[in-house]
Parts: sequence; structure tokens; C-alpha cells
Amino acid sequence: MSATLRRLGVMLGAAAFAWLLADSLFALPAPVIDLRPLVSENLAQSGITHPVTAVLLNFRGFDTLLEIAVMLVALLGVLATLAADRSPAVDLDSADAMLPMFSRIAAPLMLLCALYLLWAGAFRPGGAFQAGALLAAALALLHLAHLIPAWSSPLPLLRSGLVAGFLVFLAIATTLLTEGALLQYPPAYAGLLILAIESALTISLALILAGLFLFISNDGRARK
Amino acid sequence: MSSEMIFAVTGVLLFAIGAAGTILLAEPLRRVLAFNIMGSGACVVLVSLAQRNGIADPVPQAMVLTGIVVAVAATGVALALARRLNRLTGDGGSGAGAGHD
Amino acid sequence: MPAMIEVFALVGVFTVPLLWAALAFLLGPGRGAWLAISGSIVQLFLALILARNVLADGPASHATGGWGAPLGIDLYADGLTAAMLLLTQVVALPIFVYARSYFATGSPAARHFWPLAGFLVAGMNALYLANDIFNLYVTLEIVGLAAVALIAAGGAATQVAAALRYLFAALLGSGAYLLGVALIYGTYGSVSIATLTPLIDATAPRAVSIAALLMFAGLMLKSALFPFHFWLPAAHGDAPAPVSALLSALVVKAAIYLCLRLWLGPFAPLVQVGAWVPGLLGAGAILWGSAMAIRTPRLKLLVAYSTVAQLGYLFLAFPLLTPGAAVLGAVTLQAIAHGLAKAAMFAAAGIIIHSTGRDTVAEVAGVAERLPLTLFAFALAGVSLMGLPPSGGFLAKWLLLDAALNSGHWAIVAVIIAGGLLAAVYVFRVVRQAFLNLPKELVEDQKHAGRPVPRTLEWMAFGLAAASVLLGLFSFQLLQLIAVGNLP
Repeated sequence: MSATLRRLGVMLGAAAFAWLLADSLFALPAPVIDLRPLVSENLAQSGITHPVTAVLLNFRGFDTLLEIAVMLVALLGVLATLAADRSPAVDLDSADAMLPMFSRIAAPLMLLCALYLLWAGAFRPGGAFQAGALLAAALALLHLAHLIPAWSSPLPLLRSGLVAGFLVFLAIATTLLTEGALLQYPPAYAGLLILAIESALTISLALILAGLFLFISNDGRARK
Repeated sequence: MSSEMIFAVTGVLLFAIGAAGTILLAEPLRRVLAFNIMGSGACVVLVSLAQRNGIADPVPQAMVLTGIVVAVAATGVALALARRLNRLTGDGGSGAGAGHD
Repeated sequence: MPAMIEVFALVGVFTVPLLWAALAFLLGPGRGAWLAISGSIVQLFLALILARNVLADGPASHATGGWGAPLGIDLYADGLTAAMLLLTQVVALPIFVYARSYFATGSPAARHFWPLAGFLVAGMNALYLANDIFNLYVTLEIVGLAAVALIAAGGAATQVAAALRYLFAALLGSGAYLLGVALIYGTYGSVSIATLTPLIDATAPRAVSIAALLMFAGLMLKSALFPFHFWLPAAHGDAPAPVSALLSALVVKAAIYLCLRLWLGPFAPLVQVGAWVPGLLGAGAILWGSAMAIRTPRLKLLVAYSTVAQLGYLFLAFPLLTPGAAVLGAVTLQAIAHGLAKAAMFAAAGIIIHSTGRDTVAEVAGVAERLPLTLFAFALAGVSLMGLPPSGGFLAKWLLLDAALNSGHWAIVAVIIAGGLLAAVYVFRVVRQAFLNLPKELVEDQKHAGRPVPRTLEWMAFGLAAASVLLGLFSFQLLQLIAVGNLP
């Protein structure tokens, strides 16, 4: 009985909250501060033409640095939780012929698309996160087609790939302290530096995101 | 009511549904889904409320990009934990908590 | 040149742990202890330099990217920030030394301890320096996910279940906080605290009040304020001792610090009407948490419930908090004293469990003979929790009593005194048990289950406990530091 009461209470509370908040949204005056002109004025100096990428990697680049740290922490969380040192159950036989064939065609195309997205991020929607996500999806697809095995404890090479993006970003950010502030790009080299950071990030993000999937899909297979 | 305000109200509804789900649901997988809905709702509110006068604003869009990545990270950890818990308790593995490191 | 040193100190205090955490991961499972310890020594120096600069020259700030707020992200260090940074580094260093000896080589819990601990400390340091509510969201996530990972690491079902419960509570809190940020940005067009504080006044639209409510609710969930504490006892009680120490001493303080910042900063004009709520919940935490600590048979769970109770003191003071009030110093001092004492207590509990192989209060019997230093550390930590002179805990509670008496909040006075008495009950529960002799049938049991204790562990526990007691002697400078940028 009290479980039903609790359910009802929470649902009613959520509904009342939603009603109250939605109502308050209509009473809002126009915002006091408008960041759009600030972004457009400083866009030329930022080294990037697309405003969202400029905000992400230049104006609010510190958030992005911390965000990569969040991803690494999440990967560490996955590794720490799952039991160590199980050999991956390599299940390379598949009755299905279509999926592996399709994946073999799709994966290189996805790689190409990802490289394009990485480069295009400077002028259009795109950038390191989108490219990294696409690459990770390619790796997940290959695993689902039984073409690559799941991952167990990462070896040194994989570990280097996982942290490389973060270390490059951190190194550039702190070296730029000599310019006066953390992550303060000199306007002449900003575009180049950001591209370098984004390239390293793409590799790392692809590996981290793929890792989130591939490490979990390995848990407990060998122990029965 | 502009179209952005419709998005904002939808975002609030999604948040409420997701929050209720995270509190009430028992199964970990469903709670993960509920939390994702809640996060998506907050992100929708962030973007649409800022653009309620119709012109696109890059700053909240960049913030939402960050928010989505954070949500993916959290989902990964939650799934690993749920998986491990399932393996441990499903196998009948006991978890005596006394005095181990 | 001095300005550059300040910039290095301010930035270094979070970039150094980020660096060694990533390198520790690179080195492989179980490695990275020496990186962590040397990095923490560097961080301690940087925190001291920053504190000295803030005391001498006033609050420091740093605009990342060279852009200022509201376009860019600002970092800000006033006295409160500097004090919390000092607490974090002063507790982290001995706990890392402790952890190095505590984890047996190859133990599953230690495989990823060092990189996770590094990111945890980096996240907390970045949180204390942040001056931007969205940046704070990202740092909250780093701290939260790292804490969850540390609890679950290599663990059995109880630990994983506790970690999962904590994760969902933390995510619910972060989600609410994020919606609050969304509403604030929608209303004002900025997420920078320095820009927002002058803009929010008593005539703010209702959405802003709802945003404040959401953000505080989310943060109170993360700081385990009663009745949102449900996740804490299992999470802190079941984790390995060094992890419990880091969690109880430092991680919960981060969320409470944020409550303080938002209460006294941007939302100051809106909160006075609801100030009695955290006060009431804090009182509930003290009474309920102490009662559970007195009753529980398990040692680590006792210390975890004590955390729930002691955090109540911090929230109890919220009705007394107004911008510019000296009570802020008392609250911060209480947080620092509790951080040191709780870390010492968990360290001592960990040693006792290591030695006896059991996690019950009953089997603490006989510890007085075998581990006198550890017991002394536990008792000293208890002195600070009870509020006996000359400990930091005593001075903090004294100042709180003073403020409560001056403003006529008799209920707060009563609860503070009651809390001290209740703390004495559960501390003496353990200390008394240690002087009893172990029943004969359990002696053999313990010989099998227990292990010898490295000296380092005992000295680290003792050091932390001594620091929490001697804190009272240094508190004048500390209160002066906290006042910078906060008191007129």
C-alpha cells in the first residue's frame, strides 16, 4: 500500500512541478545579457569560423578540458568495476554473412566521414566530438559483426591512445600560460593549435567511447 | 507561443518524467534510461529557453554538447555497475562485506 | 613575477593532479603511488602559496583563455576557496601515503585507485576555484563519477550495489542542478557567478526561485543532507578505508561548499525566506545520524553515520548565514575540523579492521593492547567530533553557539549541545570496547582473519587526528583567511 502511495506521491509531485515551472517560463522577460555579439566580435581572433566550435574549444575551452577528464574517469570506472584479466571470449564465427560484409564496407567509409567531420568542424558543425563518436560507432559495429573481439585489460598501446588526447590538450593548455592565461591561444596560431588538439582528441575520444562499449561487453564471459 | 517555447515546455515535461522514473523505478537499466531522459530534458530547456526570441545562440549549444558527453560517460559507468551487480548476484555470488579490502 | 607565481599556484593546484592522474593511468594497473604522493606534495605547496597570497593581497582571479566572463570562464580564489583547497591537500597527502601501504599488492581495489584518486582531487580543486555555474556542473560530475568508481572498484556485491545507489542519487542531483543552470541562463543570458550576483535581486522572476530550489536540492542530495542521506552509510561504510576517508572528509564538503557559495552569492536575496529548512534538516541529521551511530554493530558503519550527523552541523548554521556574517568562518572551520577528524577516524578504523579481520564494534576488544597508537588516533579524532578544547571542532561549535545565542536561535543552541553529547556516546562506545578483553573464543578467529599492520598506517592516522586537535591553535589565521573577500 505505501509503495503505491509513494508512487502516486512522486508522480503527482513531478506533475505539479512541471506545471509550475512551465507556467513560470512564460513570465520571463528578455535576457539581460546577450552573448551573441560578444561571440561574433571575437570570432575572428579565435582561429575558428564556426561559432559553436569556437565557444567549445576557445572561449569555453576549459570546460572541454574538464569534460575529457570526465570521460577518462568514466572509462576508469568501467575498468575498475569489471573483474580483471579475463581473456575475451573470441567468438569470431558468425552464421550471418550480411552483417560482416556490410561492416567491412561501412567501416572505412565511416573513417573517411570522421576525418571530414574533424576537419570541417572549423567552418561547419563538426569537430572532435562528432568525429570521435563516429569512429567509436565504427568500432562498435565491427564488434557486433564479430570482426573484432571485445576488450579486456588495456595494454600499454591502448592506454597511450586513451590518454593521448587529454595529455596533448593539457600540455598545450598549460604551455599557453606563458601567453598570460590558461588556454590563451595566440591569434595567429589559434587555428593550427586547435586543429592539433582536436586531432588528438578525436583518436582518444574514439577509443574511450568504443572502450565504454567494448570493455563492458566482455564482462564475465569466461567465468562460469 | 513561439516554437522554442513549445520545446522548452517539452523539456520541462521530459525532465519531470525522467526524474520521477529515476526515483521510482527499481531495475537499473530502466533507471539509466530515465536519467538519460531527464538529462535530455534539461538540455532541451537550456537550448530552447536561450533562443526563445528566435535567433540561434552558440553558447548554450556548446554547453549542451558538453552535457551530452557527460551523460554518456555517466551512462557508461551505470551500465558497467549494473552489469557487474547482475553477474555477482545472478550467479549467486555472495558479497560478504566484513573486513575485506 | 609575483603575479606569475600566483597564477601558477592557482592553475597548478588542479593541473598537477590532472597530469599525474593521466600518467598513473598510463603506467598501468596498480602503479602510480609515488606519482600521487609527489604530486600531492607539490599541490600542498601551491595551496599554501595561494593561501598566503590571498591573505596578503585579497582574492585572486584568472580568466581562462584570456577572455573574461561572461564570454569566457573565470577562476576565482577568495579566502573560503583557499581554505578548502588547503583542507583537500592536507587530507589527501596522508591518505595517499596510507593507501600505498594499505592495499596489498595486486588487490583488485587498488588496480585503478591512483588515477581515480588523482582525478577526484583534481575535480575538487577545480570545483573550489570555479566561478561559473556550468563549469561547476562539469567539476561536480568529475568528483561524483570518480567517487562512484572508487567505491565500486574490484568489489563484491555490497560495494557495487552501494556504488550504484550513490550513482543514481548523484545523477538525480546533477540533473536537477543542470536544469537550474538552464533556467538561469535562459533568464539572464550568462552563467558566470560574478556577472549574475548583481543581477539577481528580490524581484527576480519565479523561474529563478525555482532554479535556486533545484540547484540547492541537487546539491543537498549530493551532500547527503537528511533525509537525502540514504546513499551515504552503505557507500562510505562498505568501501575500502582510504576511499571512505576521502569520501567522508572531502567529497561531501565539495557539495556543501557549493551550497554556501550559492547561498551567500547569487541567490542571497532569495534564500532568507527558506533559511529554516536546512536548519531543520541539519538538526534532523544530527539527531538521527547520532542515534544510528550509537546503535549500529559495525565499526565502519558507525563512522559513516557519524558523518551524516556531523554534516548536520554545517546545515544547522544556515539560518544564521547572511552575506558578510562571521558565521561563515565558524561553518568553514567546522568543515575543516570534521574533514581532518573523519579522515583520521576512517584511517584508524581501517587499521583495526585490517588487524582483526572483522568490521564489528564488539571485536574492537583488545585493540588497546595491540594497537595503542591507532586507538589514540581514534580517540583524538573523537575529541574533535565531540567538540572538546583545544580542537578545531570545539572552536567551530563555540563560534556557532555564540552566533546562535546572539541571534536568539535557542533551538540551534540546544541541538548543538545535544549533538556534542551524542557524539561522545558513540565515540566512547568504541574506545571503551577497545580496553575490554577479547572473549577467548574469538581470539583464534582473529588470529586467522587478521593481518599485521604496517607502522606507516598508524602514523598517518595519528597525524591526521593530531592535526584536527591542534587546529584550534591555528584557527586565528585560518579565520582571517576565510574572511578575505567574504567579510567587510
